[in-house]
Amino acid sequence: MGKITAEGNFEAINYEGFQLTKLDTVIGVARSNSLWPLPFATSCCGIEYMASMAPNYDIARFGMERMSFSPRQADLLIVAGTISKKLAPVLKQVYEQMAEPKWVLCVGACASSGGIFDTYSVLQGIDRVIPVDVYVPGCPPRPEQIIDGIMNIQALVKHESLRRRYSPEYKELLDNYNIENDIDGK
Amino acid sequence: MESKFTNDQVFDALKQQFGDAILSLENTTDNYLTVFVQPNEAHEMIQWLYNHAEFKVQFLTNITGIHYPDNEEGKELVLVYHLHSLQNNFRLRLKCYLSIDNPVIATITDIFSAANWLERETYDLFGIIFENHPNLKRILNEDSMDYHPMRKEYHLEDQTRQDKDNRFFGR
Repeated sequence: MGKITAEGNFEAINYEGFQLTKLDTVIGVARSNSLWPLPFATSCCGIEYMASMAPNYDIARFGMERMSFSPRQADLLIVAGTISKKLAPVLKQVYEQMAEPKWVLCVGACASSGGIFDTYSVLQGIDRVIPVDVYVPGCPPRPEQIIDGIMNIQALVKHESLRRRYSPEYKELLDNYNIENDIDGK
Repeated sequence: MESKFTNDQVFDALKQQFGDAILSLENTTDNYLTVFVQPNEAHEMIQWLYNHAEFKVQFLTNITGIHYPDNEEGKELVLVYHLHSLQNNFRLRLKCYLSIDNPVIATITDIFSAANWLERETYDLFGIIFENHPNLKRILNEDSMDYHPMRKEYHLEDQTRQDKDNRFFGR
């Protein structure tokens, strides 16, 4: 019998020369260490996010960035900054263009809740138009916090069941947001 | 640099040209000539200032509105033109009272192209209608908005927010 290890938070049975684990786990590990984020940055949080990408913090070290500036190839939407109500349909369309599975990281107070912009023209949190997986508080959050947020996304990605996106619960979530889907929910 | 003209000189010239269309002179602390004029004469006045051989008021700085809900009827809205003569380093404001029930004034896009977006903004925020404007539609807010948010009867804050206690946020 081989040794059961939990390397990098995934369970595996190790024999000499090969390793046994579940397909879910392998895919989860692969996905989480090769995130393709689409940065949707509108203000100062976007600058902090740029700092996170730059050499001082360099999130590429953790498999957190292969920037995709097309939603079609992205699997993580990073919304950093104030979203006005006029921009909300654009954000929703970008989200809808992303292929499943997809995650959303909400960076900063404005994207999370409207922040200081408690006003008629600003969307009071992007979770009013799209579902959000992880919120990063701060105004703006430091790169360490953003990295922590992406680590939380990675944890979600790593442990997500391959069946989740076909579940009735997920369909209900998308239906709540009036997002078109072809999940049959069975 | 000193301006070539004093406020009095320009005001007197306007008064002489337009007479009763000049309603009053407003005292301002910034030494900035501010004149209330009849809205139906404003277009002609701006054209005259533009074409004037000496004044050459040929730069439009801004157009905006103000809402005074407590003003007497027919004067609730004020439209403000900020004009600038670059050659003479001279600035002036023209203000027009407009009724909130029928806030209509002629466009000045035929004099200043820059007025196009400024008038759209003023329409968007205050609901002032600029007659003969080539494209009078909202510019800043989403098209589906059904009110003019800078009018005082509307809340500045988003009314759907749940996390703020009115006692602490002065809402």
